[in-house]
Amino acid sequence: MPNKLIDIIDVSKSFGDNLVLDELNLYIRENEFLTLLGPSGCGKTTLLRILGGFETPDKGKVIFDGKDITSIAPNKRQLNTVFQKYALFTHMTIAENIAFGLKIKNKPQSYINDKIRYALKLVNLEGFEERLPDSLSGGQQQRIAIARAIVNEPKVLLLDEPLGALDLKLRQDMQYELIRLKNELGITFIYVTHDQEEALTMSDTIVVMNQGYIQQIGTPEDIYNEPENAFVADFIGDSNIFDAIMVEDKLVKIVGVNFPCVDTGFGRNKPVDAVIRPEDIDLVKPEEGTLQGIVTHVIFKGVHYEMEVTANNYEWLVHSTDMFPVGTEVGIHVDPFDIQIMKKPESEDEEAVSVEE
Amino acid sequence: MLKNKRKLLAGPYLFWAASFIIIPLLMIVYYGLTDKEGGFTLLNLAKITEPENLKALGLAVLLSFVSTVICLLLAYPLAMILSRRNVNQTSFVVLIFILPMWMNFLLRTLAWQNLLEKTGVINSVLKFFHLPGWEIINTPGAIILGMVYNFLPFMVLPIYNVLAKIDKDVISAARDLGAGNMQTFMKIILPLSVPGIISGITMVFVPALTTFVISDLLGGSKILLIGNVIEQEFKQGSNWNVGSGLSLVLMIFIIASMALIAKYDKEGEGTAF
Repeated sequence: MPNKLIDIIDVSKSFGDNLVLDELNLYIRENEFLTLLGPSGCGKTTLLRILGGFETPDKGKVIFDGKDITSIAPNKRQLNTVFQKYALFTHMTIAENIAFGLKIKNKPQSYINDKIRYALKLVNLEGFEERLPDSLSGGQQQRIAIARAIVNEPKVLLLDEPLGALDLKLRQDMQYELIRLKNELGITFIYVTHDQEEALTMSDTIVVMNQGYIQQIGTPEDIYNEPENAFVADFIGDSNIFDAIMVEDKLVKIVGVNFPCVDTGFGRNKPVDAVIRPEDIDLVKPEEGTLQGIVTHVIFKGVHYEMEVTANNYEWLVHSTDMFPVGTEVGIHVDPFDIQIMKKPESEDEEAVSVEE
Repeated sequence: MLKNKRKLLAGPYLFWAASFIIIPLLMIVYYGLTDKEGGFTLLNLAKITEPENLKALGLAVLLSFVSTVICLLLAYPLAMILSRRNVNQTSFVVLIFILPMWMNFLLRTLAWQNLLEKTGVINSVLKFFHLPGWEIINTPGAIILGMVYNFLPFMVLPIYNVLAKIDKDVISAARDLGAGNMQTFMKIILPLSVPGIISGITMVFVPALTTFVISDLLGGSKILLIGNVIEQEFKQGSNWNVGSGLSLVLMIFIIASMALIAKYDKEGEGTAF
């Protein structure tokens, strides 16, 4: 297991009355692709800005490579940032943009020229040296922003929603580019996004945040398959979240019907949240299902059909490659291991909030 | 059809421009290039080479240059402070700053005359405290003071506008890449604000160069700027031809200096780093 590179200890930050981060603890390992994921206002960007040195925490410490960097200015830190809207220097050529950090450090011109060539090759923009930033497309500008950061050989690259301004296709291409870059450079990437698909695609570790708290830390698989609370389940992918009663071990009552499940240790007749992913619901003949319902909506999504089934006054979101026309009576079946049981939130802070897109 | 209708909408402005901009300009050109009998001549333009006119032009250039530099030095830090405030604070400060502009230009200059006079407000106060008087009225210093006071807002606003538009992330990026405050200013903020500086310089230098009111009121009759010379040709000498000729020369001079600045600006962009 690689070493801890960054240790964030008890960090709090408020803007006026607004508490953005509340005694947050997190460590980041060398060579990790770590994503801070959450809705707008969850504190992820503030945390990134604290790492970059653009904000100072009200409380707590940031340890970088064994040294306390909490109050060190951004220009003295061994990390570089890629900003959401590129933030290129429009009055300089691409080469001058990339050379900026190296010139500040008084590197020899031949070294700078080599670095410019290397960086442009790395981001697939060879021959762009003399162009001006405004003559480049959004995707190209973002690549230059990345090139400008990595020529400084930072130990950590901070990326603040760098793909947010790009269109879908380009965003997907850039996701693969970023993974490749990370592997070639062998440095730590800390990536901020509100896009769960981006997070799932690229990350080694995902940190799901909401309202200044960390909701869950884990691999993409952990986060998707074993959400720890309703917020995470709701935020990552589509899901059906039910107020349910844990009748006994391995039996949960959802919308008044008992479903066998695999979870134990919640006690008897305890209120819980139950999550069922839409692709885990099997639509079967009415008499074969645990409960019966009627298909009310069908939308073709390409890979699958998205259907809504009304059963016991609940709308169940179902993804399936088989299509059932609106009005069909169907049975609903869920395999026991596809039902994820979660404790009800104890504090308001963990409450699932509606997610703005 | 629609296009023609749209063109009609420009009619009132075109009429205005023709009546009050183009025709007067052509008249100036006409008077400037003719003698009293209406014959073509270049003598009116050549009048600028007379020693006293050259001296007036030179002094006007010098005083407006100094005023422009002082305005720039005062305005840039102020604009920088303003651009970093939040909007509410900024609009209040800008309001305070612009407020004097809502009063008549002549009144403001007359007020300065009153303040600066040998027996004026400032000297009365100084005298009351038995301090030596400030004999600035009727000196080039008083004219520069009047120019700076009257034209400073025209320097602040364009610079403030470009500074406020600079993306905060661009400044953060410079810091992130290792630049200290001074390096960030010299390599990022200053080059990016050049367009504002240029338009500020234009908006201060040109009116300062052509003014005759400020030099009249604060310079007494002893100090003649090119504006005063032209004014006298029109009013006292009733010699419209010479006045127009000198105006033309001044105009050409201004166009040339603006072109020079614009050229420098373009070169500046390429070598800013």
